[in-house]
Amino acid sequence: MNIVVLVKQVPDSGSERKLDPQDNTVARATADNVINEMDEYAIEEALTVKEAQGGEVTILTVGPDTATDAIRKALSMGADKAVHVSDPAIHGACAPQTSAIIAAALGQLDYDLVLCGAESTDGQVSVMPALLSERLGIPQLSGARKLTIEGGTAKIERQTDGGYWALEAPLPAVVSTWDTINEPRYPSFKGIMAAKKKPVQNLTLADLGIDPASVGLATATSKVVDFAGRPPKGEGVKVTDEGDGADKLVGYLAAQKIV
Amino acid sequence: MAEVLVLVELNPAAGGPRKTTLEALTAARALGEPSAVVIGAPGTAAGVKDALAEYGAGKVYVAESPEIEEYLVAPKAEVLAQLVASVSPAAVVIPSSPEGKEIAGRLAIKTGSGFLTDVTEIHPDGTATQVAFAGATIVHSQVTVGTPIYTLRGNSVTPEPAPAAGAEETVQVTISEAAKATRVVDRVVEQKSSRPELTEASIVVSGGRGVASAENFAVIEGLADSLGAAVGASRAAVDSGFYPHSFQVGQTGKTVSPQLYIAVGISGAIQHRAGMQTSKTIVAVNKDPEAPIFELADFGVVGDLNTVVPAATQQITARKA
Ligand SMILES: Cc1cc2nc3c(=O)[nH]c(=O)nc-3n(C[C@H](O)[C@H](O)[C@H](O)COP(=O)(O)OP(=O)(O)OC[C@H]3O[C@@H](n4cnc5c(N)ncnc54)[C@H](O)[C@@H]3O)c2cc1C
Ligand SMILES: Nc1ncnc2c1ncn2[C@@H]1O[C@H](COP(=O)(O)O)[C@@H](O)[C@H]1O
Repeated sequence: MNIVVLVKQVPDSGSERKLDPQDNTVARATADNVINEMDEYAIEEALTVKEAQGGEVTILTVGPDTATDAIRKALSMGADKAVHVSDPAIHGACAPQTSAIIAAALGQLDYDLVLCGAESTDGQVSVMPALLSERLGIPQLSGARKLTIEGGTAKIERQTDGGYWALEAPLPAVVSTWDTINEPRYPSFKGIMAAKKKPVQNLTLADLGIDPASVGLATATSKVVDFAGRPPKGEGVKVTDEGDGADKLVGYLAAQKIV
Repeated sequence: MAEVLVLVELNPAAGGPRKTTLEALTAARALGEPSAVVIGAPGTAAGVKDALAEYGAGKVYVAESPEIEEYLVAPKAEVLAQLVASVSPAAVVIPSSPEGKEIAGRLAIKTGSGFLTDVTEIHPDGTATQVAFAGATIVHSQVTVGTPIYTLRGNSVTPEPAPAAGAEETVQVTISEAAKATRVVDRVVEQKSSRPELTEASIVVSGGRGVASAENFAVIEGLADSLGAAVGASRAAVDSGFYPHSFQVGQTGKTVSPQLYIAVGISGAIQHRAGMQTSKTIVAVNKDPEAPIFELADFGVVGDLNTVVPAATQQITARKA
């Protein structure tokens, strides 16, 4: 079972994140960058499938050179090797363009299963499986809280409001995972040391046969026109409960005509 | 006037369109005359047509086939793409559910267009407002290629009636083999709630780690029921097993934007804010006066939730009686 896991590097969702006023793209160079937390669940799931069924786990990342940190983290968790697509022309790419780059890179790999996170915490688009399914003509099994591989079939429980949908599709397929699917392992010291020697293949757009003019900010299918910080909220009222907290709370709701 | 396709999302529990559909019909009017698109099993349109007309649908395209619900997302995207090719709409507006976003993405690839997800407002010039980075940044964006596709975040627009003809047009459905790759084997409902749906509710009461146990979530449910509200939970509360994951509010849970959000025993971590920051009014109850949730709160009570909340619930119930 050869598995490719899509891993993105994102600005830490716990730190202050910004858009770059120069070109309205995510300010990645100055950010506190980390592996997209949601992708750790996809890596964990890939390692679990590999441990049960054998095969190889390859990390695929599209992003600037700094994304090597996220790749090393994935390798230290136990993935076997990585492919890193980096090219200055990719800067400012939109989701459909990124999906074209990922699809082209997948075209050079031998895979039975593609795993990715349910969303990237910077863009929160959540559509990569749908875009890749459309481009590659392979089935989409998105939003999994459970994955089972049986012979040539992948089955998932797609998390829904108050329950799940049982889905199945033939391999190869692209599966995205929610944070309910497993508990990602921490890299061991041994894993961290081993990761330093694992192969990372660097690819450019030319290596993938993609015209640099067809991706990136200038030709993106959508763009940010302008942006602003959220206007600060007016100072709220804060009261301390001295036996009258509930009265004051209900009084406030009444003044707002809520009760 | 330009035609704008609006994909109808149904409410299988209550029957009729989901509120997000009426919001999408309302938002679409900024760009032209909405045409509702119903894609589903035979008989789906009959129960929703009147509501669609009432909220501005000049036309109702009806694409019904028993096969549509048997497969995930792809058949709907295919039907919608065929419709885009035949009517050349000015734009497509889709309610922003997980399925809605995936349909938008597939449609974008099929039609060579750009798409914007989770927009909170669509402007007459075609630009849209989005909220980025846990609500900290307001972005104004634009599709620059093809037919603009938007997914509209729930509760960002107030549905307004605007009666229109609602003329029905039948759409022939042909689903390719490629779109039948992912089979929906079963749809399982695990929790049935009598409370309003989290993303649609006008009031949400959420509990966090401070609630301290699953049993004690009764305190949160009590307040919610006195207000006719939905119940939410922080990730810490969900991870501790106090409340099911489908009620999680935040970056990796639901995004809610109610009239009133009451955070109880929640510290207000940035990832929690991501899911509730755009609520109109925010109330917090927390025993720690330094809790960051108070920075957001319009009204905050520093106190123990176990005394403040039950007392407030009692008073609200008494007022309503
Ligand atoms: C990638 C990522 C995604 C995440 N996604 C989400 C998400 O979707 N949603 C989410 O919520 N979090 C999310 N988190 C987690 C987030 O960072 C916080 O850990 C979480 O929100 C904390 O939940 P909490 O406020 O309930 O718990 P805590 O931070 O532990 O706060 C509990 C609060 O309860 C108060 N309290 C305790 N006892 C009482 C009492 N008796 N009366 C009154 N107050 C009391 C305390 O003073 C404290 O402020 C995410 C984190 C990451 C890294
Ligand atoms: N540039 C990228 N490189 C590798 N994987 C990506 C990239 N962008 C998105 N993904 C994958 O797609 C998932 C969903 O991302 P998104 O659709 O952007 O929310 C992420 O969790 C990643 O696994």
